[in-house]
Amino acid sequence: MSMNVEVLEDDKHHRYVLNMGPQHPSTHGVLRVLLELEGEYAMNLLPVLGYGHRCHEKIAEFKPAKSFMPNTARMDYLGALIYNHGFAQLLERACGIEVPERVEYIRVITSELNRIQSHLLWYGAYLLDLGAFTPIMYAFDDREHILDILEDVTGSRLTYCYFRVGGVSKDIDDKFVTSTRAFVKRLRGRFPMYEDLVNGNVILQNRLIDIGELTPQTCARYGVTGPLLRGTGVAYDIRRAEPYSIYSKFDFEIPTETKGDCMASFLVRFRELEQSLRIIEQALDSLPEGPIMAAKVPKKLKIPAGDYNSSVEAPRGELSYYLVSDGSDVPYRLKVRTPSYSNLSIVPEVCQGMLISDVVSAMGSLDLVIPEIDR
Amino acid sequence: MVVAAVCGAVIVFGNALVMGYAERKLAGHIMLRPGPMEVGPHGLYQLVIDGLKLMGKQLVIPKNADKPLFMLAPLLAFAPVFVPLLVIPFSDKIQGFDLDVGLLLILAFASINVLAILIGGWSSNNKYSLFGAIRSVAQNVAYEIPMLLSLLAIIFMTNSFSLKEIAAAQSPVWFVIIQPLAFLIYIVAMVAETNRAPFDLPEAESELTAGFHTEYSGMSFSLFVLGEYANMFIVCSVATVFFLGGDSGIPLPYFEYSGIIWFLMKVYALMFFLVWIRWTYPRTRFDQLMNFCWKYLIPFSLVNLLITVVMVKLL
Repeated sequence: MSMNVEVLEDDKHHRYVLNMGPQHPSTHGVLRVLLELEGEYAMNLLPVLGYGHRCHEKIAEFKPAKSFMPNTARMDYLGALIYNHGFAQLLERACGIEVPERVEYIRVITSELNRIQSHLLWYGAYLLDLGAFTPIMYAFDDREHILDILEDVTGSRLTYCYFRVGGVSKDIDDKFVTSTRAFVKRLRGRFPMYEDLVNGNVILQNRLIDIGELTPQTCARYGVTGPLLRGTGVAYDIRRAEPYSIYSKFDFEIPTETKGDCMASFLVRFRELEQSLRIIEQALDSLPEGPIMAAKVPKKLKIPAGDYNSSVEAPRGELSYYLVSDGSDVPYRLKVRTPSYSNLSIVPEVCQGMLISDVVSAMGSLDLVIPEIDR
Repeated sequence: MVVAAVCGAVIVFGNALVMGYAERKLAGHIMLRPGPMEVGPHGLYQLVIDGLKLMGKQLVIPKNADKPLFMLAPLLAFAPVFVPLLVIPFSDKIQGFDLDVGLLLILAFASINVLAILIGGWSSNNKYSLFGAIRSVAQNVAYEIPMLLSLLAIIFMTNSFSLKEIAAAQSPVWFVIIQPLAFLIYIVAMVAETNRAPFDLPEAESELTAGFHTEYSGMSFSLFVLGEYANMFIVCSVATVFFLGGDSGIPLPYFEYSGIIWFLMKVYALMFFLVWIRWTYPRTRFDQLMNFCWKYLIPFSLVNLLITVVMVKLL
């Protein structure tokens, strides 16, 4: 419960500023938050960004759009394939390229694997923030299987650059299919363990319930999306709201909770693991044969002049690319709307008056990936 | 006296070696990894190498730290742990002194640890350290009350502060069976007193980086660790003496001396429990921790004490 502590405006010497980050165990990267403290209560918070800024959007204005693909993976290193997906889809829409069906299936399967991987890392790291050291090892044990599966087909383990405009770089084989099926079975078998050992723990519930409560209105004001928004009861998921790729073909649920606190987003993320597994299973069952590249993709991809948009559901929320083209193969401007940036912006409002420990759990529930904020 | 002091030192350092290794191995196995494996068979020499490394490291004193206090704090955390060891009855014949006020001596010296943490946190001139120190003082002062109250129930039953007599009084049944509530309260208070997870708020690393020992390095850091392990040993010994029958067990030859085997087995079983919960549970929040103490532990221990007193009077 966020405590209501009276603000002592005239008594400034009772307050002092704690500089949390850029090197701090619970900021996961180079996020810096200035906390104005009164006792252990954070009365004001100010996130300071920019430590890892690499000008990705500016870089996009200087090279052919096709060769920007590796950069997308470096924005969100945990959802690289989904970022690939959004960008490939953007250029395909802009140039009117039809993607073969098998490609869409491969994209969905690998993207969902990527989403599970991201959620598993969040699961471990969040509990680490809350002081439980062990779950991260179990989550990483599961995650390792995904990394191995994806390494076989994409060639890399984290910052994938697997999707191409009009297709994917390498076809999946029988080994991929069997090991993915084995993984789906394995992770299903692990859920009861996670639920018994972690989700039902009293200490964990005390740390999460009623902390950092969000309302749909707050989320709308700040543009908060993803599991945080779904935790407030709004079933907004791009995969369902404006279905892209072949997501409309699959039967899956959008998990929601109503309370909007840390526990709500915790449970939403946890249940999304199961839904992603369902999508993977269905996609594997109906995987069609066919080419893995569209027939005619020109080497030099001239993008017709105009504005283009493409949105996908990243593990942390809505990811949008907005491209303005002047008719050449180099974008005039590329704007990336990353979910973590909007999600972080609620911190000053939501965390005001919280204990330091609650600030840590509230920020952890945002599942921040800092390079995505400082892109 | 000299013999007792040497034995104390052997116990403190030996315990730190055993626990340092055991904790890392256990943590490893709990976390699906092997723990230390590289130095020696199954990483047996890891602790020796770590000790050498820590001794060789430079003692960094922050520029704006209060130098004398900064150096004093680790010593103050480490030095007092020898005294309680003198009165612990490891077996019938293995005991430094059988003091009439053995328990009071232990509690008095164990609580010096709080002072060390406070001094260390304050003198580091670091905001995280200061928070750790503040938390530690509040937590330790609060949890000493239920700890003492739960032990007091046993004191009323045995009419003695002498640890030897208390251990001897449990020859038919251990007090853990007669006083289960007191035992539970003591275990919780014990975890909080030694600042171990899930009550490790003074050094909560995801919030306070390393808490009160953020600025400590090398040997001054390891003195805090040695002190912590020694304190764990002491509180577990007290639990063994008060609730688990001290050195009683299946009789061995030369029982006056060999009882120490049973004693140490019980102590290390409790220590294993401490390690186990540390690597299993998330950390509580500070206000929840204090609420738990003041709202549940202290009232329950008072009720328990009252019932005990009435029963002792009646029977």
